[in-house]
Amino acid sequence: MNSDYRMSVVVRTITRLTYGLIIVFGFYVIMHGHLTPGGGFQGGAVVSSAFALLLVAFGSAGLKGRVNRHWFQTLEEVGAIFFLALGLFGIGTAFFFNLFANNPGVPFGQSVPFGPNSGAVSTAGTLPWMNWAVGLKVLTGLTSVVIAMLIGGRKEERE
Amino acid sequence: MSLGNLPFIASAMLVILGIYTLLFKRNLVKLVVGGSLIETGVNLFLVTFGYRTAGVAPIYTYAPAAKRMVLPTPQALTLTSIVIGMATTALLLSFAIHVYRHHGTLDARKVKELKG
Amino acid sequence: MKKVLFFVSFLLFASLLLLAAASVHPFGEPTETAMDDYFIANSQREIAANNACTAIVFDYRGFDTLGEATVLYAAVVGVLVAFRTLRKEER
Repeated sequence: MNSDYRMSVVVRTITRLTYGLIIVFGFYVIMHGHLTPGGGFQGGAVVSSAFALLLVAFGSAGLKGRVNRHWFQTLEEVGAIFFLALGLFGIGTAFFFNLFANNPGVPFGQSVPFGPNSGAVSTAGTLPWMNWAVGLKVLTGLTSVVIAMLIGGRKEERE
Repeated sequence: MSLGNLPFIASAMLVILGIYTLLFKRNLVKLVVGGSLIETGVNLFLVTFGYRTAGVAPIYTYAPAAKRMVLPTPQALTLTSIVIGMATTALLLSFAIHVYRHHGTLDARKVKELKG
Repeated sequence: MKKVLFFVSFLLFASLLLLAAASVHPFGEPTETAMDDYFIANSQREIAANNACTAIVFDYRGFDTLGEATVLYAAVVGVLVAFRTLRKEER
């Protein structure tokens, strides 16, 4: 497969139209992890598949203006440290103690009535923060792996 | 005709196919696929372990009233297992690319000696 | 000769695995459910989360999620180091 092989115009047009929607849907799945099926790991995989779609449709030139490779490796460590810091907030009682639940002053502190209901977003204590930390980590980690396998596995030097 | 234990037998068949691939195939990429088949079979077994007859998902948002829920703990364990399986497969594939660059072949019987 | 030995042991292992899969509890009635009944009944009161599965992953068993995040991080670092070495050799 020579280096100027391009995907057809249908693939490139649809990718330009839909990769933003896939990223927004991935952030929706991360955000509402405590109400609907989903959470940090699933939403991070969805957003990373949007970047993989960009790589498949455009080659390594598709990421030139949009994704900075070294930034992604830094963001992964930020996600990991944030997850650990959230576990240490309630260290007075226990490690990983849910400090913000049932506590009506703080951002995600509302209580939930028992039984089936239509969910409210600002419930469940530290769970939404943990979803964001893990989602950031999975997103940037999987995208870094895909970029490294594509660019590092080539014979000639590129980028 | 009732179902019997057919979902458990199906996940055992996936594990058996993965073990067959690991034993009898020579190409490195096929060995990685065999390992991935074993992990898929184990995850399927974990999820079907916690099913209750006529149960709904263990989520309270818009839940149908007065129905019993399936067990949520095997689903949490399967989440962890899927992520670890993906990490293992990524590392195995990157080592397969390395072996191809050094030895020029993907045959598992020709890459036996350790070169410096 | 080695192939025959592999094949016989593979058939033995496969038959034992199928026998074990057919004699787990009947599909649909799990036996030990005391811990899961507690999780389903109390996750809305203690954690204020509608999703019992996410409450287990991040609060009741958050330590396992910490271990899993560490494994994911180690795997990503391993892949990145492997491809940096490959690129340096080609110079």
